[in-house]
Amino acid sequence: MADYTDNEMMAISAGRFAKDGDILFAGTGVSMLATTVAKRIYAPKAVVFFETGGIDPSLEEIPMAVSDLRVMSGTAMNSGLIDAFSIVGHRRLHTIAFLGAAQIDKYGNLNTTCIGDYSRPTARFSGSGGACDVAALASGVITFMQHERRRFVEKLDYRTSLGWHNGGDSRSRLGLRRGGPLAIVTNLCVLKFDENTRAAYLAEYYPGVSVSTILENTGFELDVSRAVEAVPPSAEELRILREEVDPERLIL
Amino acid sequence: MNGYPEIKDKLMTVEEAVKRFIKEGSQIALGGFTVARNPMAIVYEIARQAIRNIHLVCHSNGQALDVLIGAGCVRRVEIAYGGNGRFAPTCVRFKKAVQEGSIEFEDYSNYQMSLRFLAGALGIPFVPTKSGLGTDLITHEGFSQETRKERKVSRKKFALAQNPFDDKDDQYILLPALNPDVALIHVQYVGDDGTVRMKGLTFADIEEAKSADAVIVTCEEIVPRSFIRLDPDQNSLPPFLVDAIVRVPYGAHPTSCYSFYDYDARHLNLYRRIAEDDELFKEYLDEWVYGISSREAYLDKVGAATLAGIKANRVLGYTPGLCRK
Repeated sequence: MADYTDNEMMAISAGRFAKDGDILFAGTGVSMLATTVAKRIYAPKAVVFFETGGIDPSLEEIPMAVSDLRVMSGTAMNSGLIDAFSIVGHRRLHTIAFLGAAQIDKYGNLNTTCIGDYSRPTARFSGSGGACDVAALASGVITFMQHERRRFVEKLDYRTSLGWHNGGDSRSRLGLRRGGPLAIVTNLCVLKFDENTRAAYLAEYYPGVSVSTILENTGFELDVSRAVEAVPPSAEELRILREEVDPERLIL
Repeated sequence: MNGYPEIKDKLMTVEEAVKRFIKEGSQIALGGFTVARNPMAIVYEIARQAIRNIHLVCHSNGQALDVLIGAGCVRRVEIAYGGNGRFAPTCVRFKKAVQEGSIEFEDYSNYQMSLRFLAGALGIPFVPTKSGLGTDLITHEGFSQETRKERKVSRKKFALAQNPFDDKDDQYILLPALNPDVALIHVQYVGDDGTVRMKGLTFADIEEAKSADAVIVTCEEIVPRSFIRLDPDQNSLPPFLVDAIVRVPYGAHPTSCYSFYDYDARHLNLYRRIAEDDELFKEYLDEWVYGISSREAYLDKVGAATLAGIKANRVLGYTPGLCRK
């Protein structure tokens, strides 16, 4: 049995995508861990920023919301939403956004709005927030998901945030000059997107997770022919995550 | 209330500010963001005065939105996000109201709502963006055609247009400007000349205030002109854009106010649990809103130990080591 949790594996798997010089856009929850872990381990020269306008906070303590005071402390600059979105979509910057969702489809389009009929839903969620905006404007998006069949669906109940649209070059034909989903990081595996079809495929399954389990929990067709086993977190990665990033275990 | 001759016409109590500027059916912009600087003192007073049929416009709001909806004050909302971060990923009374069909709602995104306030502030009728193309934000409409005829409601949710400066196919979403009746903003400082200073993140508060027909500002402290004008680069709004000023220490509680106090995590967690149950929620409102006779009574109820516990470190801006579970 592995000696790390799902959230730890997810934060580390996502953090590994960050490169020095990237501007990392964090949301709430696991995405905050992932951006913090990325900066502390994989990309110390990456900058973490928040849609609310906090740029490069010290993050001595983990924020509980994107408006948390910890997002405003030790920053290079505090600004507002309009300024923040001018950075997400800035032509000179490589911005990676971390998002979560209630539902996702095979092209990485996301639902954070509702289940059921829009006007009278059976379950209402928070709504877009800045998710629709960063999905449209950022250089790339990594989405965290609990890997369940009801969440990995053929058709979303509501499309809040754009991924690869209907696949192929359909996203760029909308006039969006860059961006699109890079990966889906789940509690079972990492999915990436085919360069041509833009459909999700299984890239890495976590140690101890079988491919058949992943297929059982995915509600759309999934190519598994390119799958390899993921590298488990190292002792040092886990130490930093547990002792430095989230010592109070607010999210882990 | 004396001793500030320059703002004596604007200084008032929350009761007076609400009576004067907020009416049945008012369109209200809520300042702050999820769990930060929500204009709670004004919101509680709106609930106490039982003002109904309010039309809320906000990007991401949390506690203020949820209490107003829960107290039955809200008829419709235009919103990007109703949540309290980790304390309530979706605001509970907001969620219930949408699921039960008891409020009208229209979804936008944070950037879209911020742009709509900006357009309103600039006095232009609409603003273009790429954000939202290919999504259901532009295929699903929440408001009925009847609602679209009402005062302060735009005739359409959005429109699509081609970039007129380019021959290529290049489509944009045009978003209608917002000019709410009133913006409610809670800030750290107001000078005794009426100048407003927000600390920490400003979210879209400045755009909201500039877009509104009237602005109510509640503040932690009223400070001398000599202080606020010593470092004018730090200021957020000029005096002439503010209509009502109310000094309300802890006016954003249980949400946070940078450099003054952190969020009251215990209160927000308790609220989430209570809000799930209609009966308990009614008791909560009785206890924390209707039954509160004065600001002193409210602070007494929160308690000195809690207030001391959430007091922010002035250098860091938050409360290090605060129990947040």
